Amino acid sequence: MLPANLMRKIGPAIVGALIVAACSPAAQPSGASGGAAASGAGGGKIGGSVSVLGAWGADEQASFLAMVKPFEDQTGVKVEYEGTRDLNAILTTRVQGGNPPELAGLPGPGQMAQFAKAGKLTDLGSILDTSAMKDQYADDWLKLGSVDGKQYGIFIKSSVKGLIWYDPKQFTSKSYTVPKTFDDMIKLSEKIRDSGAAPWCVGLESGAASGWPGTDWLEDIVLRQAGPEKYDAWYNGTLKWSSPEIKSAFQTWGKIVSDPKMVFGGKNAMLTTNFGDSGNPLFTSPPSCYMHHQASFITDFFVKAKPGLKPVTDFTFFPFPDIDSKYAGSAEVAGDLFGMFKDTPQARALLKYLTTSEAQSIWVKRGGALSANKKVNAADYPDDIARESAKIITSAKTVRFDASDLMPEAMNNAFWKAILDYVGDPSKLDGILANLDKIQTDAYKK
Amino acid sequence: MEQFGLLAVAVIGVPLALTGYIFLVEAIVGTLPRRRRPQVRPWFWIGPALAFVLVFLVYPTLQTIWLSFFDASSANFVGADNYTFIAQDDNVRTALRNNVLWVVFYTAAVLVFGLLIAVLADRVPYEGPAKSLIFVPMAISFVAASVVWKFIYAYQPPGVLQTGTLNAVVTTVGGEPRAWLTDLATNNFALIFVAVWSWTGFATVILSAGLKGVPVELLEAARVDGAKERTVFRQIVLPLLGPTIAVVATTLVIFALKAFDVVYVMTNGNFDTEVIANRMYKELFNSRNFGRAAAIATLLLAAIIPVLIVNLRRFRFQEAIR
Repeated sequence: MLPANLMRKIGPAIVGALIVAACSPAAQPSGASGGAAASGAGGGKIGGSVSVLGAWGADEQASFLAMVKPFEDQTGVKVEYEGTRDLNAILTTRVQGGNPPELAGLPGPGQMAQFAKAGKLTDLGSILDTSAMKDQYADDWLKLGSVDGKQYGIFIKSSVKGLIWYDPKQFTSKSYTVPKTFDDMIKLSEKIRDSGAAPWCVGLESGAASGWPGTDWLEDIVLRQAGPEKYDAWYNGTLKWSSPEIKSAFQTWGKIVSDPKMVFGGKNAMLTTNFGDSGNPLFTSPPSCYMHHQASFITDFFVKAKPGLKPVTDFTFFPFPDIDSKYAGSAEVAGDLFGMFKDTPQARALLKYLTTSEAQSIWVKRGGALSANKKVNAADYPDDIARESAKIITSAKTVRFDASDLMPEAMNNAFWKAILDYVGDPSKLDGILANLDKIQTDAYKK
Repeated sequence: MEQFGLLAVAVIGVPLALTGYIFLVEAIVGTLPRRRRPQVRPWFWIGPALAFVLVFLVYPTLQTIWLSFFDASSANFVGADNYTFIAQDDNVRTALRNNVLWVVFYTAAVLVFGLLIAVLADRVPYEGPAKSLIFVPMAISFVAASVVWKFIYAYQPPGVLQTGTLNAVVTTVGGEPRAWLTDLATNNFALIFVAVWSWTGFATVILSAGLKGVPVELLEAARVDGAKERTVFRQIVLPLLGPTIAVVATTLVIFALKAFDVVYVMTNGNFDTEVIANRMYKELFNSRNFGRAAAIATLLLAAIIPVLIVNLRRFRFQEAIR
């Protein structure tokens, strides 16, 4: 009788103790220091700690920690980073439970707007130097982080989506030419397929977020086939999924994914291969596939899997080719938004630091990231590939943000699932689209 | 350091408070007339536990049922809308079908394996180590077990070196590799098997204990009368184990209805492997639709209640015949 009762009492007491400990401000040692980190903190060592929740794991986590290292050294603030692949669920739970992290990576601008409207996010207008921000960030990036004219999120890293990766040595030896249009790309794929090899590598597995690599394909196709206006209407929920524009986008993608000979390993490999590993068959001997569609961050994964690989000579990319010449020169981007849930001196200092070009160039130099900050020097990019992909953003006529990240979370999740269902059985397309329409009517109501 | 201080307070303070409470109760009860004391004392003693049950069990249950009649943000009353939605939702329908698969195959497999191992282990000298080995997976969390099994089920296209244990075995004996977790014909069973692997030890240990309770004289008498081992098992062991099997089965059925971790980690409900609990998780944390999540929770509760009633009846019946 007694032990059971005891446990029930001790349990909450321990949890309570930990919460109290986590919230209590620690001693604040003083000291002198300089640099971007310290200026972010308003100078000097402020000590204490700041909790950060993000979606990065493995190498990306290591890069983030490297990025905040100078900040920790100079301000004495301990950055307590916690990474999760199920960011949305963890963040929502902690915010609802009244125990949010001080800073957090936000799943996307759509989710950010919901948190901002619920009053959970801190307005960064008074914390960040607005004019300096305008000087360092393109207007579009700032706009994506704002709701009703107030800045709630800021990008600390970005990537270009829709790059087609290939091994130039293989292209040369087989005398394949880099396709200029989507039709050319399909023709090249068919040529490779008919030679008995698989032209493409596709991997859609990503834990609770499985399916997202396919949404990038769809977005690239919609943007170049139906144009930016339809693209905007689509993520805003005013263009139906069953509309001809979206349906034909699925069918265009289907030219690749519904043909088992077009993709290495066919549908089973597509559904079970993790996105991070899916490009590796490019580098087997002989190659198991010749092209791989993924955002600029994938280089990090290539080098991790095969440490000897050299950018430019062993792997390079061509931009997703135009489909309709009317919309030539379109590019899709994505990025990691940061928001503040609890306003503390440490959190302010870290957020300020993360927006600086000094901080962002650290990750850029390590590879796998592009900076959203204009002041990051092109020379800081580790290789031509990174420089080239950074140039795509600056030179594109039409730039659009990842549509699925802009959709309400319920819609985004349904989109992921639809990708898996379509790849599993392309003949079910009409049913899949009808179901997405149903979710669309529901998800945009709030 | 502060954590340790507070931990010390919790470790020392809580027993102190508890002892204090008992003295306080005795002091209060002591003021009452002697005749009334036995009537009042139990309530004071059960009080704290009762309070916890009310606050952490009864109140959330009622609140959940209440919220299931409200909209996504729990602001507006919507009547039975959430229930009509889940009744028409394809995902919920798939989830219900899969939960039935879980209840039937998970419960049956764990019971059969558990019983088999308990009976066989009973007849060998190395019973202890054998049972411990079977019990080990129980010590692993479901999430960890799922991650381990994800490696076992891993798929590589034919012709490539198979990294998954199962496909490596299949290809070695000349078969084609299968995508166990995405293949609609195998994936639900692949998931259920992970849970079976984890919980067979539980059934083994409890059934084994039940087995030890079967009187040896009875078994010997049967054998002397010329009964074969199979007859002894069917006519004597099995009926005597009945109540134990029922207890284990009830636990397993409830577990099957609540199945979540394995599905969430391995497929996240994709490829027609959805289960009710994962559906609730998605409505709650991804869609943030409190109304629908609450309605699904209520549905789950409604599905479990009959099992509880059957269990309670059987329990009472047993008490009666004792």
